[in-house]
Amino acid sequence: MDKTVNQKAWFLVLPVFLVVAFSAVIPLMTVVNYSMQDTFGNNQFFWNGVGWFKELLDPSTDLGGRFLASLGRNLLFSAIILAIEVPLGIVVALSMPREGWSVAACLVILALPLLIPWNVVGTIWQIFGRPDIGLLGYVLNHLGFDYNYVSNDVDAWVTVIVMDVWHWTSLVALLCYAGLKSIPDAYYQAAQIDGASRWAVFKAIQLPKMNRVLLIAVLLRFMDSFMIYTEPFVVTGGGPGNSTTFVSIELVKIALGQFDLGKAAALSLVYNLIILIVCWVFYTVMTNAGTDRPAKEGVA
Amino acid sequence: MARIDLVDLAHSYGGNDAPQESFALKPVTMTWRQGGAYALLGPSGCGKTTLLNLISGIVTPSRGKILFDGKDITPLSTQKRNIAQVFQFPVIYDTMTVGENLAFPLKNRGVAKGEVDARVKQIADLLDLSPYLNRKATRLTADAKQKISLGRGLVRSDVAAVLFDEPLTVIDPELKWQLRSKLKALHRELDLTMIYVTHDQTEALTFADTVVVMHDGRVVQSGTPAELFDKPAHTFVGYFIGSPGMNILPAEVSGHEARIDGHIIGLRRDYGALPAGKKIEIGVRPEFVDVATPASGLLSATIERIDDLGRIQFARVRVGDTKFAARVPPGFSTSGNTAGLIFNPAHVHVYADSQLVEGVA
Repeated sequence: MDKTVNQKAWFLVLPVFLVVAFSAVIPLMTVVNYSMQDTFGNNQFFWNGVGWFKELLDPSTDLGGRFLASLGRNLLFSAIILAIEVPLGIVVALSMPREGWSVAACLVILALPLLIPWNVVGTIWQIFGRPDIGLLGYVLNHLGFDYNYVSNDVDAWVTVIVMDVWHWTSLVALLCYAGLKSIPDAYYQAAQIDGASRWAVFKAIQLPKMNRVLLIAVLLRFMDSFMIYTEPFVVTGGGPGNSTTFVSIELVKIALGQFDLGKAAALSLVYNLIILIVCWVFYTVMTNAGTDRPAKEGVA
Repeated sequence: MARIDLVDLAHSYGGNDAPQESFALKPVTMTWRQGGAYALLGPSGCGKTTLLNLISGIVTPSRGKILFDGKDITPLSTQKRNIAQVFQFPVIYDTMTVGENLAFPLKNRGVAKGEVDARVKQIADLLDLSPYLNRKATRLTADAKQKISLGRGLVRSDVAAVLFDEPLTVIDPELKWQLRSKLKALHRELDLTMIYVTHDQTEALTFADTVVVMHDGRVVQSGTPAELFDKPAHTFVGYFIGSPGMNILPAEVSGHEARIDGHIIGLRRDYGALPAGKKIEIGVRPEFVDVATPASGLLSATIERIDDLGRIQFARVRVGDTKFAARVPPGFSTSGNTAGLIFNPAHVHVYADSQLVEGVA
């Protein structure tokens, strides 16, 4: 077959090329460029090679210590909210009605927190938790709990976690509900005939069928919580002390507070790399989970 | 294993107060004997799946009772009825191996492990699933999955009846035959009551000893395949079973004669006293009408086309405004498109308002 050669076709690729260049490639390369240099303002830069990266991974330096500490806090935060939101989302999805007008009502109520802008969520909880005028803070203190998220590390953590659970459990629940709705009735009828208990139905039918959506839910929630910035920043500003300073908050402090562009650039590249790796591992592990593997021992 | 009695059983999805004409299943009373192979046959929406779900307990009847061996089980849940059901699409527990799938109903009932293993092995051998016992069930073909669904029913030793809801829908045509013969063999071997819902007459006639034909929520006839073919109790049965279906012609019937367009066809029996005011028709299967060269004593018809089915030829003809099918005897040749029809009087039936009328010999 004859192929038509027309170099003008390149013009069709040009818009995409430009958009990707200006939205991704050029900013990313700028960051890579910064990460290799140091600056003292006045647009003067000095070559620093991989110096910042070495510092980042060395906990004895100031930069490394702050990065690793905030990374640890961030991982702990992600682990806690996943451990709460995923099971809670599943329970909410399981207890939702399957038909009737109440379905629509439940969906709307669940969707509400998802529609609120993040800084508004932060502001709501910031006020809600205040011991002097906030409903939550006031009531807790009057019930005899010494609750103050401004001065107590544990209270700050509890507030930030409860806020995230309030904001995002709906997402997990909605995804799970969609997964549950796709199970044909015949499965439930068969399970009933097989004499399966409620728990057995969950384990043998509902959980395996929700596998895919749960993968997506865990991925989304992990990424979001690992990159969390606005809500804790509005509520606690990273405090008390550094106790709720997550990696993104630390990053903004270094980049915009101290104007250490080199350190911040190196940190953000490592931050990005961690997210990519963790997502890839998650995806690989969870997509392989459902495939054939030799049975443990005969028929159990 | 059980005899199943349906006593005045009826169901309406619109509640008991709905007019009876709208019932998904109109009142039916019948007995299905232990160890029988039954087929519920009818077009989509005729109520056959409703009847099946009533027996399995997925649907609770609005009226009437179901007895297993004389015991009223109507209020019992599906779980307590000891029935097995195979659905249209294979139901497989994805995360389990074939063996675990088969063991599932026994484990749920707290059967001892040794007994479970023995029973699973026995059923797997019966269904030719032994080589796959340790494989994940999701990876198997549709027919193997359907066998697993069936196996989960058979693995329980106390099963009262096995119900099939169009189980071969998703199976390849070639495998359908194999699976159907397997079911037949299992039925002989296990002495189980089996009820098979289908809209495919070949499936029904080859599987069942007794075929229950349903139409518009009503059981119109229940009998052996031969009875349904030779003596349809309702014009619907005549039309639905057989290919092409039975010819139905409006006629005037008196004594030993049926009159169509002024032409007289002889009848074997005497229909002296037909109820007045009803729609009278005669029904005759295409196999019992021959086309012939037109002659004065024969009902004349216009030939529209001839279908050659290989071992037999059917002429599609028109009698007045009514379409009609008739056998083309070997050696018949047409000149023009008119023909005469020769009826076999022993196989001409008379229907009043679609119901068979028995004449007097």
